[in-house]
Amino acid sequence: MSSLSRYIETAGALLLAVIWISPLVFAFWAAFHSTSDAVNFNLTSAWTLDNFRTAWDGAPWLRYFLNTFILVTVILIGQFFVTTLAGFAFAKVQFPGRDVVFILVLMQLFILPEVLIVENYAMVSRLGLFDSILGVGMPYMASAFGIFLMRQAFKGVPIELHEAARVEGCGWFGILWRVYVPLARPTYLAYALVSVSTHWNNFLWPLIVTNSPDTRPLTVGLSIFGAPENGVDISVISAATMMSVAPLLIAFLVFQRQFVQAFLRAGIK
Amino acid sequence: MAEHVNIERRRQAIYGWLLLSPAAILLTTFAFYPSLATFWDSLFSRETRRRPSEFIGLENYTDLFADPTFLVVVKNNLIYAGVTIPVSIGIALGMALWANSKIPARGFVRTAYFTPTVLPMIAAANLWLFFYTPGLGVLDQIGSLFGLPSVNWLGQPETALWAVIIVTIWKEAGFFMIFYLAALQTIPEDLKEAADIEGASRWTYFRRIVLPLLMPTTLFIMVNALINSVKLIDHLFILTKGGPNDASKLILYYIWEMAFAFFDAPHAAAMTIMVLLVLGIVAAVKFTILDKRTHYQ
Repeated sequence: MSSLSRYIETAGALLLAVIWISPLVFAFWAAFHSTSDAVNFNLTSAWTLDNFRTAWDGAPWLRYFLNTFILVTVILIGQFFVTTLAGFAFAKVQFPGRDVVFILVLMQLFILPEVLIVENYAMVSRLGLFDSILGVGMPYMASAFGIFLMRQAFKGVPIELHEAARVEGCGWFGILWRVYVPLARPTYLAYALVSVSTHWNNFLWPLIVTNSPDTRPLTVGLSIFGAPENGVDISVISAATMMSVAPLLIAFLVFQRQFVQAFLRAGIK
Repeated sequence: MAEHVNIERRRQAIYGWLLLSPAAILLTTFAFYPSLATFWDSLFSRETRRRPSEFIGLENYTDLFADPTFLVVVKNNLIYAGVTIPVSIGIALGMALWANSKIPARGFVRTAYFTPTVLPMIAAANLWLFFYTPGLGVLDQIGSLFGLPSVNWLGQPETALWAVIIVTIWKEAGFFMIFYLAALQTIPEDLKEAADIEGASRWTYFRRIVLPLLMPTTLFIMVNALINSVKLIDHLFILTKGGPNDASKLILYYIWEMAFAFFDAPHAAAMTIMVLLVLGIVAAVKFTILDKRTHYQ
């Protein structure tokens, strides 16, 4: 009885896994076959790279990749700087108004940047950052979530280390830089993975703030490339999609454990 | 001595605010000020070439409630939330139980469940386009094996929203799974042994022990899923553009359209304020009720 139910459960788990992965598998298969072979599920048909060639020539992909790369880097550097300082202030410095300000910061967890697109667009334009990568990245740099994460990490650092560094003659910034930051390395790594994959995939805000191929990230480029008005066929869209998800997907498959741990650490504090 | 303490305290205060200033400036610029400005703008009429913008109180809000599109969009979003939240949580729980049990190919199963999480919504939409395309798509081809007629999943009002919902569930279930998986691994083995000794069935064990222990995780996921039901709209841009006839339009998409396609910022602002209100209620419930009740672990 129990072995029968185990078979059924294994079959169920595998079936769901196959269903879950199938959109990706179909797109992968379509990307390497001619459109007519792809839609007819001609399993014996020849593999081809033509779709990738067509897709590659159809848009400035190299520029899009570069833009996305710069964007996630700029955001990450900004976030590390801002959240380290703020997280340290909330965790280890006593000052009046700290708790009130912390609640204000937590509120930002629910004031999603995505919802404030209209005013943030006006703000970015006012600052002269429209159609710039910095304009796409700035609203995300003071991430409440990151501040919260850093605060938790710094709170766990034993006060003895802090005192020891002070006795050695370290100032506040020295202590932060030499004691706290190295000890919080796992948190930084987790936060980096979450941040990079979030912003590699972000779409709506970059769509609004960018207006030229020189600033457009991959997601926006992909959406323009795949627009029905352009009349691209399914195999070419699949090739373009595969191309733009490949870096993150491969990184995920190689560092799967780290990714999952990162999302967990980021979620459950 | 007292003076020394005073100086130290003042120094800490200065350091504290200095350390906070970059975050404070950015949060003010891109979260707090825009929230207030959105509210302010929602009270004014739209500026046209002939008429300057003037104060009209809550007229933008009453306009919206008289706008049939807005009502359809709200209804769509309620369905979207009402289906994606429970279904993705249920699937996530099932996935976690399976991925945690001793089955063959467990590594593959976990990877398959989680992979959609790392794909951009735009890419996910492109992948699913291949499923939904009438005639050529995978769904239609499977249907035709059973003699079913071709269905334009994205092109007809009855199915468009559901097609969008399925993509969202596919995208988020694997993400929620990892939280359940982590929580399952913290349940001590002896509980299972004790239940076995007592002769409890697997179902009883699951319902009476596992499910209650997972409650904090479930609430955490629920808040996330709720936020996602406002936020996850990128696939609309590829799959349906909110159509046909607004049948799959969601509120954030409508805000975008109102502001950047119809150039009607005041009405977009009024909608934004309503969304912020809902999110504010969620936040208040989370911080006051849920955080207190789930700390028993």
